[in-house]
Amino acid sequence: MKNANYSKKALDHFFNPKNLGEMKGADLVGYAGNPQCGDTMKIFLKLNKDGTISKASFQTLGCAAAIATSDIICQMAEGKSLEEASRITKEEVVKALGTLPENKVHCADLANKALISAIKKNEEKR
Amino acid sequence: MKEVYLDYAASTPLDEGVLEKMRPFFTKKYANPSSIHKMGRDASLAIGEAREKVASFLSASPEEVIFTGSATQANNGAILGYLRGIKNPHIITTKIEHEAVLLPSKKIEEEGGEVTFLKVDKKGRIDLEELRESIKENTAMVSIMYASNEVGVIEPIEKVGEIIEEINKKRERKIVFHTDAVQAAGYLNCNVKDLKVDLLTLSGHKIYGPKGVGVLFKKEGLNLSPLFFGGGQEKGISPGTYNTPLIVGMGEAVSLLKNKKGKETEKLRDYLIEGVLKIEGASLNGPMEKRLPNNANFSFKGVEGESLVLGLDSKGVAVSTGSACSSHSLKPSHVLMAMGLSREEAHSSLRVSIGRMTTKEEIDYFLEVLPGTIKRLREISGK
Repeated sequence: MKNANYSKKALDHFFNPKNLGEMKGADLVGYAGNPQCGDTMKIFLKLNKDGTISKASFQTLGCAAAIATSDIICQMAEGKSLEEASRITKEEVVKALGTLPENKVHCADLANKALISAIKKNEEKR
Repeated sequence: MKEVYLDYAASTPLDEGVLEKMRPFFTKKYANPSSIHKMGRDASLAIGEAREKVASFLSASPEEVIFTGSATQANNGAILGYLRGIKNPHIITTKIEHEAVLLPSKKIEEEGGEVTFLKVDKKGRIDLEELRESIKENTAMVSIMYASNEVGVIEPIEKVGEIIEEINKKRERKIVFHTDAVQAAGYLNCNVKDLKVDLLTLSGHKIYGPKGVGVLFKKEGLNLSPLFFGGGQEKGISPGTYNTPLIVGMGEAVSLLKNKKGKETEKLRDYLIEGVLKIEGASLNGPMEKRLPNNANFSFKGVEGESLVLGLDSKGVAVSTGSACSSHSLKPSHVLMAMGLSREEAHSSLRVSIGRMTTKEEIDYFLEVLPGTIKRLREISGK
C-alpha cells in the first residue's frame, strides 16, 4: 500500500471511533460521496434548544482517513452552533488528526462536505 | 504480535540458501566482473554460472539472457527498445498489464505509434479472436502478460505464440512477441520454445530471490535499441557495473524453481477461498480454473479495501487491495475495472497471495480474524 503514513492519532480514530453509528431521531442528516474514489459519508446531528450541536455521529464507507476524519469532525462540531460548525475547514480537520498522508487530504474535504450538507438541511427546513 | 504474511505477489522473502550464495559477493568477491585480473574473472565466472541457470530454466541459450536492474527495466527495455527502432509501430497489449508494460506502451503512442489494449472477460482472460482481428500491417509487437499479479488469471500465452508464429509465416514484417512472466515464473512452464516468445521478463524478488534484479530474455538475432548508455554490459542493453551478488541470487533463485510446490500451494489457496466465501457478502474475483495457485482476490460488500488492509494489519496480517483509496491516482484497480467489476466491488477488493512458507495455521489465523474485521467495518459503514 502506498503512502500509508498515518499519524498515531488518525489511526486511533480509525480503530476506535467515538462518534460512530446511525443516530435515531437526528435533527439533521447530511451526505457526501467522492465519485472518484468511491468513499461515502453520512453525518447525523442532534441539536440543543439553543440550536447548538449536542451530538454528532457518522457512518462512513471508506479508507482509514475517511473514517478518522468523519470521527474527528463530529467531535469538533459538538458544542458549536451550526454557523460555527460550518466554518470548520479541512485544514483544521487535518490538523486535529496531527497529519494525514498527502493523498488523503481530500478525505478531510469529504468530511467537511458531509457536515455542511447536514447543516444546509436546517436552512432548507426554514 | 503474530505476523502472517499473505502478500507474496507483492514480494517474496529471500530464500536463505540464495542469501548464502550471494553473501561472499558483497564483501569478499567484490571485484568488478569486467576487470581482467583474477578477482574480476572469478566474479565474471559467477555471473556466467547465473546466466546458465537462467538460460536452462528458460530453455534458452546463455547469450539470450540479459540481467537488468528490475522487471520494470526489462519490460521497458523490451517495448521501448524494440519499437523505437521501428517506423510507425503498432503494439497490441492488454488492459490488465502491469504499469511497467502499460506505460511504455502509452509512451509509444505519445511518440507517434499506435496501441491496442485488448479487452478481457469477466474472469480476466483475453479473447484470441480479438487478438487476431487487432493485428494490422504495422503491428510490430504483441505484449501479453503470462499471469496477472492482481487476480492470478493465466493468459493463453502458448496459443498466442502459435497464432503469431502462423501469422508471421505470411508476413514480411514479423511481429515480435513479449510476455511479462514475473508472476508466472514461480509456477508455470517458462520454456521460451514452448511459449514461442521473442522476449520474456522475469523478476528476482517474486521468486524468493533478491530485489533489484530482473531478467530480459531476448531471442538471438533480435535487435533492441538501448534506453541507457554506458560501459556496454549486457550487450549494451542494460549497461552499468554488474551487480554480482544480485545476479548470483537471481540465478540461484531460478534454479530452485525446479522444486516448486504448485499443487500444495493450490490446495492451501483453495482452502483459503472456501473459508473466505463463507463470509456473507464475500465474492471471489477472477477464475477458479487457470489461475496461479498462490492467488486469491475477493470483494466484500460494505467494506473499503484500504481500511480492511489496515484492520487486518492491526491483527498482524499483511495483504493488499485494489481499492482506489490505496492508489495515488485515486482510481480503482484498472485490472478489476477491465474485468467489468463495479467501482464498489473494486473499492472493496482484497488480494491474498500465499507462498512457499505459508502454513495452514497461518490461513486459519487469517480466517479467524477476517470476519471480525469485516463486521467492524460494516458497523462503521452502516452497510
